[in-house]
Amino acid sequence: MNITSVSGRGLPVRGNDIDTDRIMPARFLVSVSFEGLEHHVFEDDRKADRSHPLDDPRYRGASILVVNGNFGCGSSREHAPQGLARFGIRAIVGESFSEIFQGNAAMMGLPCFAGDHESIDRLQTLVEQKPDTTIAADVQSGVITAGALRFTATLPPALRDGFVSGQWNPTAMLLDRFDEVRAVAARQPYIRGF
Amino acid sequence: MAETLFHKVWNAHAVRKLPSGQTQLFVGLHLIHEVTTPQAFDMLRQHGWRVAFPERTFATIDHIVPTRAQRRPFLDVMAEEMATSLERNCRDFGIPLWTPDHDNQGIVHVIGPELGLTQPGMTIACGDSHTSTHGAFGAIAFGIGTSQVRDVLASQCLALDPLKVRRIEVLGSLRPGVYAKDVILTVIRRLGVQGGVGFAYEYGGPTIDAMSLDERMTICNMSIEGGARVGYVNPDETTFAFLRGRPFAPQGEAFDRASAWWRQMASDRDATYDDRVTFDASAIEPTVTWGINPGQSVGVSEAIAADPQDEALAFMGFRPGARVTGTKIDVAFIGSCTNGRLSDLEEAARIVKGHRVAPHVKALVVPGSKGVSRAAEARGLHQVFIDAGFEWRGAGCSMCLGMNPDKLEGRQICASSSNRNFKGRQGSPTGRTLLMSPAMVAAAAIAGEVVDVRTIVEEVPA
Repeated sequence: MNITSVSGRGLPVRGNDIDTDRIMPARFLVSVSFEGLEHHVFEDDRKADRSHPLDDPRYRGASILVVNGNFGCGSSREHAPQGLARFGIRAIVGESFSEIFQGNAAMMGLPCFAGDHESIDRLQTLVEQKPDTTIAADVQSGVITAGALRFTATLPPALRDGFVSGQWNPTAMLLDRFDEVRAVAARQPYIRGF
Repeated sequence: MAETLFHKVWNAHAVRKLPSGQTQLFVGLHLIHEVTTPQAFDMLRQHGWRVAFPERTFATIDHIVPTRAQRRPFLDVMAEEMATSLERNCRDFGIPLWTPDHDNQGIVHVIGPELGLTQPGMTIACGDSHTSTHGAFGAIAFGIGTSQVRDVLASQCLALDPLKVRRIEVLGSLRPGVYAKDVILTVIRRLGVQGGVGFAYEYGGPTIDAMSLDERMTICNMSIEGGARVGYVNPDETTFAFLRGRPFAPQGEAFDRASAWWRQMASDRDATYDDRVTFDASAIEPTVTWGINPGQSVGVSEAIAADPQDEALAFMGFRPGARVTGTKIDVAFIGSCTNGRLSDLEEAARIVKGHRVAPHVKALVVPGSKGVSRAAEARGLHQVFIDAGFEWRGAGCSMCLGMNPDKLEGRQICASSSNRNFKGRQGSPTGRTLLMSPAMVAAAAIAGEVVDVRTIVEEVPA
């Protein structure tokens, strides 16, 4: 399945350095499946702040999360993007992302677009003022449009091309020429024997 | 051409350039644990894939294990299900597994090095962000997510873009009472929690050269807290001495041939770096975090300088201009993949010896592995801790994260030798974490509040 564009209403979650422990507290990782994680996204933040955007009825049904810098830092738990995707998030637009989070999200077809601080701030403000605004994100060009706002964000080229071509899940590609993998393994002195 | 270790190891393990432009990178060692693998094995089964290199894959159980009573079945039925699931997956796919009833069990980033599995020049992957720890040996070690665990299980490969390399040079020597933990907290504070995104951190210079492997692991472990997915130290004689005689290390003459290869893999003297940063070790003092990410720290003599509106101040209950010293603590935790090794416990025991834990403090010591536990007990360290009023627990991740019975309660403040002070990290949504060295945790446990460890003992042995 290729992903060339994502559109939907926005869900602004402000703040830099929002870590994956906050997105998905560790106690919900004590399970052998990802099922049900949608019920626990930002659970502790939401309990601490009853007006958290995820509980704000104005944003119900929104599918594009709008965040700030270094989103998804910390633990490599894929439970964080899994929870967001199961909650209904189809794309994330933010200032920047942790590498591991961005890669994990890509594995489930969830693009994380990085834009400049000013544009993201404007987008968050726009969504806060007019929650019905449709945000459209074009994967190939990185162009984000929302009402009169338009700016260009970026995706790492390999992830972008993966979404566009539908090859965003690399396992088959990695297994494609397995004889070459065996050859590289056999070259390693710690495998071959010193 | 002069190259860094990162590039040498990368090139030696590159299978091919993928159509995506990424590199298909062979993974020399895959370490797995119970939390990030069950779904990966499910995906394998759905596709009918086998584990490509079960002999290069090793498993342990660490995150969910209770540290008080480790007998099976675990009391928490969900934790027991995870353990059973990993046992079944390892049996079905032919992967060696060390459960809590086995002598080799422990935190994945403690046992890899301890058993000699982690070696210079390797690529290593594990579904855990603190995999950067293994870089202390001159390996390139990636923390990965569950889908990538599936990829490595199925193909022993990852699809990755190369990283830039930042040389972090630490000059001079550390003052007494200042440890590797203080160095890495200082690095993260200066470069920022996001400063390392896109980079591998190469740590070097006289301070790092003089460090033991335990200390280098503490440094590399927290690279990810600075945004760097990979951190490493070039292998040297200290590295080789650590590895000699370890069960999975090359034996006999093969060890000497291995050392020669390992030496070649180190960065060339005139290698070029994408960035260079220098730190002065003598300017570093015992360091403690005051906020909700590991970059928010101060030296013990400093005042907290933060915007009064900062959410971290409100959450932690600190005022701008305050000092961390004098902060009353409720819990003291010594352990984790950052600081749960023998030398960490030795250093903490030296501080503790002859003192008592403050009456209001719950204090626990959790060895990083069964091996650490045995070695500490052989030296009588457990008795030092027990005599002082610490609880001496079984190996596991324990109170570093809220996935087992060891959790903070309510707004408790914990002096912790772990790696993350995120909101809720230690299992209570409102719990508060102060990261510091194991010696500083020991000192705080005794004083009942955060103190400069150098005031507890007249002369802290270097």
